[in-house]
Amino acid sequence: MVEKTIEEINERIRDGSVNVVPADRMVEIVSELGAEGAAREVDVVTTGTFGAMCSSGAFLNLGHSNPPIKMQRLWLNDVEAYAGIAAVDAYLGATQTSDIRGMEYGGAHVIEGLVSGDVIDVRATSHGTDCYPRRNLNTRLTLDDLNQATMCNPRNAYQRYNVAVNSSDRIIYTYMGTLLPNYGNASYSGAGCLSPLCNDPNYETIGMGTRIFLCGAQGYIIGSGTQHDPKSGFGNLMVTGNLKEMSREFLRAAVFNKYGVTLYIGIGIPIPVLNERIAANTGVSDGEITTDVVDYSAPSRNRPVIRKVSYADLHSGTIDVGRKEVKTASMSSLFMARRIAETLKESIERGEFFLSRAVDHLSLYTEFKPMKQTEGIPLVKDIMLKDVNTLGEMSTIEDAARVIVEGDFTHLPITSDDGKTVVGMVTAYDVSKAVAHIGDTKYEILNDIMTRRLVTTTPDETIDVAARKMEKYNVSALPVVDGNGKILGLVRSDDISSHITRVKYEEY
Amino acid sequence: MTKIAVNFASADVIQKPNMSEVIIETGALLNINWAHVTSSGGEMVIDVPDDKLEDVVKSFEERGAHIQVLERLVLKDDEKCINCGACISMCPVGVYYYGDDWSVNVKVGVCVQCDLCVVQCPMGALELKLQD
Repeated sequence: MVEKTIEEINERIRDGSVNVVPADRMVEIVSELGAEGAAREVDVVTTGTFGAMCSSGAFLNLGHSNPPIKMQRLWLNDVEAYAGIAAVDAYLGATQTSDIRGMEYGGAHVIEGLVSGDVIDVRATSHGTDCYPRRNLNTRLTLDDLNQATMCNPRNAYQRYNVAVNSSDRIIYTYMGTLLPNYGNASYSGAGCLSPLCNDPNYETIGMGTRIFLCGAQGYIIGSGTQHDPKSGFGNLMVTGNLKEMSREFLRAAVFNKYGVTLYIGIGIPIPVLNERIAANTGVSDGEITTDVVDYSAPSRNRPVIRKVSYADLHSGTIDVGRKEVKTASMSSLFMARRIAETLKESIERGEFFLSRAVDHLSLYTEFKPMKQTEGIPLVKDIMLKDVNTLGEMSTIEDAARVIVEGDFTHLPITSDDGKTVVGMVTAYDVSKAVAHIGDTKYEILNDIMTRRLVTTTPDETIDVAARKMEKYNVSALPVVDGNGKILGLVRSDDISSHITRVKYEEY
Repeated sequence: MTKIAVNFASADVIQKPNMSEVIIETGALLNINWAHVTSSGGEMVIDVPDDKLEDVVKSFEERGAHIQVLERLVLKDDEKCINCGACISMCPVGVYYYGDDWSVNVKVGVCVQCDLCVVQCPMGALELKLQD
């Protein structure tokens, strides 16, 4: 039986006899010495993770101007910060994008700029009061000019994360990066056996008040993070730290193509090895930490899970998805996670970082509920045209012209010859184009001219999803199909816009 | 295979089937990796079989093109790179790979200039370069 206290470990840090090992090295120690031997040998296990953590930001206090202003709206390098708190306090969120530069620059860049010592343009407006008469403010500030700059992140350091793949035949842009069509790649995040919460899954030492490494500074855990879901292995933390002590090496702004701005945060948590049980937990290996491969092409909250994989599988470079070998790549940096665990180890060994006892436990049972939605969500089946004329792919262009004119519409879904499935789409424009070109190339049947890369929708898809498809693929109508590809109707962009207008009108 | 950048800087030259003429004249099988043509000229990156390199360069030059043999095609700014590896699974030809310490490394002479890695790099650390 090994029993140690945090005070005893801190004493060893003070006298320089402490034994600290990074979590990836602890895997071997536990397998060589067993949990009891490892608990006797090792005092502290350091963990680390460095990944995109959107739910991050900082409270800033700008000091008072003269005459003073109660800032109602505030922009830092044209990125708006939330100023709906006291006069010169604001919260700058990492993912807020620039009013001028859009998705290529955001709150994360301002935070990284502040940490790097850059001068930031500040602009604020107010309605003016007797005590705060000023209405407009323009100034330039650096991090040193601020009274406080306190990083406060509502959701960081996820225990593990889903692996993202894309089963559709089109490229998609997500918060897991760019996903290539037909399972072209698999994108994952998380540091596996170095991940802080994987090394203390029962929250025996990690709790409210635990001192941590946060972007190069000593920070603290405030509590469990938002959407904390420890039962499903998706625990996370709310953390805070002084931005003025942080280093750009461990805090970096990033842009995910066609998704938006985010902030890479470096977090390391020291785990005091107080007994064998804790030692055994810190011995967890990449092969023992599993996560789900999820198809992100489904535009729904409940995305299909394709299979389970371990972090060892992910680190191997490829995973099997269906019958395909798919290349994996990480969005978080294992290189930096290792550096963080090592940096934390060194500062403990140098006697610069002491362990703290948690003042309260984090919940083990919090539930992560979906949103309660009180507004009815219109579905494609509510607005689709049900009586749709179709033609078989072997029909002639003249047939198509006649059907289009008689039916007074512009989109004609084309079915397979047996009429069972939709195989293409022909518009009135395609027909005119085919007729106009008839001199040089002879087009006779619809199969020659139809659009084959067909974008479809289903009756139960929401109209927002259908609208997003039309916008993304630049089409003005989608055939509505069932699971077997049989045509059920047609939804047009005009129907969606008039539906949205009507709903807005009825609200007034 | 050697990669070369072919640059036509005049407007009249783009009216002619230069590429086809070079292929017919030299008998070399050329693989176009990347091309950009505007009203005032154009540039391309192509793979040329090593044994035909001299003939192909000469043939393009006779048609008024400026030729540059390319060595480094994708530049990684190590100051910006955080070694995540997002580029690894995007690259169709395996330019990027993890080293033993999980740093992201670049293989020279493989890139086909497709641009996928450049736009998806979260740090904006990658750049394609036609000149060496």
